[in-house]
Amino acid sequence: LEAGALSNPVLRARRNLTDRIGDPLLRGLSGLAAALAVAVIAGIVYEVIHIAWPAISAFGIGFVTTNDWNPVTENFGAAPFLYGTVVTSAIALIFAAPISIAISIYLTELAPSRLRRPVATLVDMLAAIPTVILGLWGILVLGPFMHDTIEPALQSVLGFLPIFSGDPSAFGYLTAAVILTIMVTPIITSVTREVFETVPGDLKEGAYALGATRWEMVREVVLPYSRAGIVGASILGLGRAIGEAIAVAQVIGGATAINRSLFHTGGTMAAQIAAQFQGAPGALQKPSLAYLGLILLVFAVVVNVIARLIVQRGKLKDTDATLTEAEAL
Amino acid sequence: VSAPGGHALLLDRGNLKRRNRVNRAIEITSTIAALLAVAVLLLVVGSVLLKGLSALSIHFLTTPTGLFGDTSGGISNAIVGSAIMVGLAALMAIPVGLLVAIYTTEFAGPRFGHAVRFVLDILNGVPTIITGIFVFGLLVEGNKQSGFAASVALAIIMLPIVARTAQEVLTLVPANLKEAAHALGIAHWRSTVRITVPTAAGGLITGALLAVARVAGETAPLILLSSIYGQGVLTEPGEALASIPIFIFQSSESPSPEAHTQAWAAALILIAFVLVLNVVARAFYARSRKRMGA
Repeated sequence: LEAGALSNPVLRARRNLTDRIGDPLLRGLSGLAAALAVAVIAGIVYEVIHIAWPAISAFGIGFVTTNDWNPVTENFGAAPFLYGTVVTSAIALIFAAPISIAISIYLTELAPSRLRRPVATLVDMLAAIPTVILGLWGILVLGPFMHDTIEPALQSVLGFLPIFSGDPSAFGYLTAAVILTIMVTPIITSVTREVFETVPGDLKEGAYALGATRWEMVREVVLPYSRAGIVGASILGLGRAIGEAIAVAQVIGGATAINRSLFHTGGTMAAQIAAQFQGAPGALQKPSLAYLGLILLVFAVVVNVIARLIVQRGKLKDTDATLTEAEAL
Repeated sequence: VSAPGGHALLLDRGNLKRRNRVNRAIEITSTIAALLAVAVLLLVVGSVLLKGLSALSIHFLTTPTGLFGDTSGGISNAIVGSAIMVGLAALMAIPVGLLVAIYTTEFAGPRFGHAVRFVLDILNGVPTIITGIFVFGLLVEGNKQSGFAASVALAIIMLPIVARTAQEVLTLVPANLKEAAHALGIAHWRSTVRITVPTAAGGLITGALLAVARVAGETAPLILLSSIYGQGVLTEPGEALASIPIFIFQSSESPSPEAHTQAWAAALILIAFVLVLNVVARAFYARSRKRMGA
């Protein structure tokens, strides 16, 4: 459209000065802003590597597997925090993904229509609570509850497992995992709910017409149709759990060694950076924390890219399906 | 879709009996899951209300934080600091985010627009503590902590939220409005500024409000960039400034019950601000979608 107007020399000459300046100005300014967004990503990668460089050259790739964090001997390794990050995020995902699917089933198939929107809004509000407040709640309410009730109960039933051994504790991997579950459940739910809503009504009615119960309809129609969305949403939630620094730092206890018991205190990469970066002494501690940050950044970017690709591929497949349907008609 | 209710003709026995039982169990589980999520929200907000309200007073809101360990002060310095840092961040992120969205929806080809969208999604997925390390290296290392550095980090966190929501609403603007403008010979920049953006205003405000709500409670980058500050109410962005999230974080780590009470009270202020902003943002969004007939 615009190109057509410009190619006409008469129109071009008649365009007044503000328009001759305004068009390239807006294009240039907005292009600059887009370039800035790209530059920020590049800048983040550069700065993190730059700060981490002394630790990268001192410890090399062995940093990843070194199970030590000793500021006195200046020997640092990522293993305790990699372990903590993987364990807490994995537990959070194992809890949050099924809970999110269940909430979405309730919101799209079960809830009375009057309740759907208010309940969905309340679940969304859970995502809006600042994580530092979740952490505060974790320290003062959830932690004592885990110590007094949940962990003794787990121990009495499953105490033979090494992950439930040792003394119950208010702070540790399990408390952090529960906080992360609360954090990521609304995030996963908002995506799965939206995907569930896009399932065509005639497919559902078809299942009912064949005599399916509601659950059978969900299992055979809604879940397969939404698979890409569910997986993508879960991985997005995983990304959020991996990167959460504050709430985890508040409740995980800040230990710098791997512990087999989930009740025990530990650390994650993000929480360790939050706890120690400011005022880190020595020549290698701050670079080592930035090295943790680099690993975390790689994790976060990979997880996000995979999630987006899955969600996108799912969408493409849907449009393909719709197209073939249209052609068949 | 309405599900089959009571089946008068289908007898509840044999295979169907088992299937109905499984169905019932799943329905109950799903309902419990939804109740659980709402209960956790009420539990957290309830705890904050219950424990924060007792410590909330005019004195608490209008007095700066005391020296370390002194809990007789309040959070006026934190309120002012948060307002300055979040305000500066909004001033940086909202115009830039809007411009990014305008570029991708009005000027860029589909391929480049897609690429920018992808970059924004990745930026949105970068852990905020990493954004903190970035700005630390950029502005604080070899220098000192400052409210300005913190606001740059908050702006980076806001940028993808503002830009992505703006993209979504700008693409909802009816094409016939733009085409009418072009047909009248109105320059592209003029139709963008005077027609496209105002039509989408409600949605744009939504994105901006949600972004502000999101960073108002952001703590991780502030620990690196603005956590060691002087006494009293400071307003100079060149200096490190107090903030509500850092106050909550530091008070929550303290062993003293008085500090915990103060943390709850500050959390009450923060949670009220964030939730109100969310509700207002949703209202704007609903109105704007209705206006654009989406």
